[in-house]
Amino acid sequence: MKKIKQLFAGVTFASLGLQSAQADYTLNLMQGVTTVSHDIFDLHMLILWVCVFIGIAVFGTMFYSMYHHRKSKGHKAANFHENTTVEIIWTIIPTLILVAMAIPATKTMLELDNVQNSDMSIKVTGKQWYWDYEYLGTGVHFESHLDAVSEKVHRDGSDPTRVPHYLLNVDNPLVVPVGKKIRFVFTAADVIHSWWVPDLGWKKDANPGFINEAWTQVDKPGTYRGQCTELCGRDHGFMPIVVIAMEQADYDKWLQTTLAKQNEKPDLSDQNRQQLMTNGEAVYLKNCVACHQIDGKGINGTYPALSGSAKVTGGIDPLIGFLQAGTSRMPAFAKLKDNELAAVITYIRNAPELGNKVGDEIQPKAITPVYDDDE
Amino acid sequence: MNRVENDEKNKKYLNGSRIDCVCYDDLRYGGFASDFTMNNEVAVKNKKLVRNLAIVAVAMFGFGYALVPLYDVLCEWKWIERDRPDAIKAIPETAYEIDVNRNIKIEFLTTLNENTPMIFRAEQTQITVHPGEYHTVNFYAENKTDKPMIARAIPSFSPALTSTYFEKVECFCFSEQTFAPHEGKTMPMRFVINPALPYDYQTITLSYTFFDNTQNAVKK
Amino acid sequence: MSAVTAEHAHDDHHDDHAHGPEKGWLRWIVTTNHKDIGTMYLLFALAMFFVGGAMAMIIRAELFEPGLQFVDPQFFNSMTTMHALVMVFGAVMPAFVGLANWMIPMMIGAPDMALPRMNNMSFWMLVAGILLIASTLFMEGGAPAGGWTLYPPLVLQTGKALPFAIFAVHLLGVSSIMGAINIIATILNMRAPAMTLMKMPLFVWTWLITGFLLIAIMPVFAGSVTMLLTDKFFHTSFFDAAGGGDPVLYQHIFWFFGHPEVYVMILPTFGVASTIIPVFARKPLFGYSSMVYATAAIAFLSFIVWAHHMFTVGLPIAGELYFMYATMLIAIPTGVKVFNWTATMWKGSMTFETPMLFSIAFVVLFTLGGFTGLMMSIAPVDFQYHDTYFIVAHFHYTLVPASVFILMAAGYYWMPKWTGHMYNEKIGQLHFWLSAISVNILFFPQHFLGLAGMPRRIPDYAIQFADWNMISSIGGFIFGASQLLFLWIVIDTIKGGTGEKVSDEVWEDAHKHGLEWTLPSPVPYHTFSTPPTVIPCDHD
Ligand code: HEM
Ligand SMILES: [Cu+2]
Ligand SMILES: [Cu+2]
Repeated sequence: MKKIKQLFAGVTFASLGLQSAQADYTLNLMQGVTTVSHDIFDLHMLILWVCVFIGIAVFGTMFYSMYHHRKSKGHKAANFHENTTVEIIWTIIPTLILVAMAIPATKTMLELDNVQNSDMSIKVTGKQWYWDYEYLGTGVHFESHLDAVSEKVHRDGSDPTRVPHYLLNVDNPLVVPVGKKIRFVFTAADVIHSWWVPDLGWKKDANPGFINEAWTQVDKPGTYRGQCTELCGRDHGFMPIVVIAMEQADYDKWLQTTLAKQNEKPDLSDQNRQQLMTNGEAVYLKNCVACHQIDGKGINGTYPALSGSAKVTGGIDPLIGFLQAGTSRMPAFAKLKDNELAAVITYIRNAPELGNKVGDEIQPKAITPVYDDDE
Repeated sequence: MNRVENDEKNKKYLNGSRIDCVCYDDLRYGGFASDFTMNNEVAVKNKKLVRNLAIVAVAMFGFGYALVPLYDVLCEWKWIERDRPDAIKAIPETAYEIDVNRNIKIEFLTTLNENTPMIFRAEQTQITVHPGEYHTVNFYAENKTDKPMIARAIPSFSPALTSTYFEKVECFCFSEQTFAPHEGKTMPMRFVINPALPYDYQTITLSYTFFDNTQNAVKK
Repeated sequence: MSAVTAEHAHDDHHDDHAHGPEKGWLRWIVTTNHKDIGTMYLLFALAMFFVGGAMAMIIRAELFEPGLQFVDPQFFNSMTTMHALVMVFGAVMPAFVGLANWMIPMMIGAPDMALPRMNNMSFWMLVAGILLIASTLFMEGGAPAGGWTLYPPLVLQTGKALPFAIFAVHLLGVSSIMGAINIIATILNMRAPAMTLMKMPLFVWTWLITGFLLIAIMPVFAGSVTMLLTDKFFHTSFFDAAGGGDPVLYQHIFWFFGHPEVYVMILPTFGVASTIIPVFARKPLFGYSSMVYATAAIAFLSFIVWAHHMFTVGLPIAGELYFMYATMLIAIPTGVKVFNWTATMWKGSMTFETPMLFSIAFVVLFTLGGFTGLMMSIAPVDFQYHDTYFIVAHFHYTLVPASVFILMAAGYYWMPKWTGHMYNEKIGQLHFWLSAISVNILFFPQHFLGLAGMPRRIPDYAIQFADWNMISSIGGFIFGASQLLFLWIVIDTIKGGTGEKVSDEVWEDAHKHGLEWTLPSPVPYHTFSTPPTVIPCDHD
């Protein structure tokens, strides 16, 4: 069946003179990599075939009739307009089919709902526009943003076709061990988001102020990609999800290194201009670009421009304070480490693409704390 | 055409006799077209029907609002998930027998809503309790700004159905919290798990999200 | 099936006094004539079909290739939002109200709508509402961009446009409630004496039921957006967790309106299909009474299935299961309808003029949309389908090649009666074939995209979705362009069409199927001043 469909697709493409940029297009639902996702896939195929058969019967009858019962063929119209037996039959049969469908569907639904007895829990927080993952009880807590290449390419309008996993790649993927029942707890910090990885078989909404839960148990090591599926504003299309499933031993190692990296003191030594600008751009792409845009021009009437802004090119201390405190319309960036703040300030004051050229370098030690973020 | 002529025509209509045309669109005439274009019986029926249907429409507008409390009722019936800040349960602390054979894992999650410049954490993120046993867990919250802040913590349970068995005696979420500039507070939450908790549940997650309500509170 | 001897109260003309239309443009503003108002509704809907269509073209152009080429993501979101609002509230619903205005009095032997003044008012209120919502495009912060479902908290991030959009929704709501009241009053009180309920054409029946749906749901929608308004500006917290509210509550209220709302757009469609198919099959409609009962059953069920739009918001298991079972039930009366249409064609003597072609395409393609609806009713599988292009394909199949195709069919079917001129059948058939083929190129691949993992409402996508998106866009452009043919046909027919004189019954033996065909073509300005005494009955 799959072969036939791909053949069909191939023929369609050929006749339209198109080329598939990547051959891994699919036509059908993914089977996924968990027991539940397989069950869901089976349900999908079952109901699909039911529809196909009903469709063949109904459309077959209709087309037969359209061919044979035509006036141009001299067919004389009959005059019947009801038949109780037939009507009862075609009410009962669909009912039976539905009952037969409902049984396995209920089973799978119950399976999906059984979140208890998990081996570990991960809290997922949706934010405009990235995901925040917290491995409960381990201290591991990080943000997962769209990767820098996709971020840049979709914003500056260059050709995306050569970007690996365009829009489906992140800087910090979610790593999970295989063979373990993992419980997810979802919430959001601003608007509603929805967390979907097709290979896991489900999506779940992340509602601000409330928590939802779901679980998975991945059987096969691998990398599985997904996206936010609840419209969450301007950059809704740009907050992907990447899940990497690895063997327990590898996962333990990953957990350790991640924890170590997270607790590492930031390197606050001086950097040269080149380093500051490169690091600054990375920070900018992750934290600032969504509102102030790739060219620093902001969005008219909504987000102010950084290009030529007196606040940006003026005194440094007020600028640092402003970034750390935020406003009612801009989040506080107290989460940025001193070296990141120094880099991004150097970047916004000097980046040619933002149209600013103050000509100075801000070093990490120049950052004076307004208040410390001790989390 | 004047009213008298119209009435003439209406009479003819009433008698079932043939008329050429009834003027339906004479806007120069004052009242509702239905006043004069139809025989009275139909006009009266129309008016009554319009009134009844309009009442239905207004009632349905009210019904939209009635869905709000109805939603809470349904939640109590466990149809639809929601968990509201619970009222203080005024039960003496010896009311329940402690079920030492059961261990329930309780996780505490803390979240800050956007633009809520605070520090917020649970001092214990995970504890194991027996049903019927009273516990206090401390949460720490700090205002990171140099202005006073009014904030509210909203609780949410997972699985949602466990919320009715999670009885709080004391909680910072019962009311809005006021913070002085840079003030940090340790806030207790005392609770007991009702031993009637169904056996299906071994883990309960309680999440608190802090919302900065300063602006709203000031405007009110 | 009784023959027709409805009295013609009009051919011996009445130019003796000023009972024709008002002269000049004022006629269109002050008119209370159901035919004038019907015409205005239909032309307004057609105009909005092109406005909404232009927005769809912008969406498909942006999605033609991966990468952001033409528009900013925020504007893209405004386009998807406005496209839906304009199409639903500006095109499809008004078009059916227009048909109701034109046809219901003529089908039931009434001289006009029950409340002609209110009729005029509801039309102009609709225009005001749509203009108001269109004006938000030019406001600071842009038009609403949170999706037509207007979910909070996102929709509360809208800029200056929010209160205007909400007020527009109020206007549209009041307009359709007034329209619905008028239609119900007309049907219940204005029927010719011989026109008993179970003799009414199905179009009248389906509109009667739709009218009740509208009165029940539009106020609920108005209530929900009012709550949004007070949450934003008056510190209530219906949907704001910070004050003890719940954003999910909005979704419950919205879909309590929203699910019946989609049926508002499909029930009259069923009615028109049941009117047209028998004429061209030259056979009475199969199962008239089961059609009526099925319509009523669907309308009833539509009130108790709303949360199938919310399977993933985190409903408790009992809710998930209940809404799954209830939704699956809808397939039964829907199936009955499809079987009945098929049986109507069976052993008929069919011809395939443009109205019939569109109606047959409707039956087939609507059924495809119903199949995907059935698939999505299975809650655990909907965990995969939800908010992807699969559902975009689902509801476009139920709305474009169903509702819109039937509106086209109705246009071709009744245009000769309205104008007295025959449309150009060749161009009509060309329009049909181009539309029917391109609509499938447009929407069928969207099933594949959704299954392969493409979320809806995104302006840019991963490379593996590129091919089907391009094909879909090409289909979209062809579909869009083909509709210009329809515009041409409408203008041409009004101007005189093929020039051949159309008979009163227009379609062979059509007078057996509906009172309107007993009237002269074009229909005089006033009809059935005296009620007809004998009613054609397609079934008994
Ligand atoms: C057999 C009949 C039908 C069934 C069982 C059905 C089922 C469903 C389900 C379960 C959804 C939610 C999918 C999701 O969000 O994941 C849905 C969405 C939708 N359906 Fe249907 N449907 C049926 C017929 C129709 C008809 C007749 C129409 C319109 C004329 C329609 C219009 C829509 C629309 C507009 C949406 C999406 C709304 C949105 O999220 O923006 N459906 N349908
Ligand atoms: Cu999103
Ligand atoms: Cu629905």
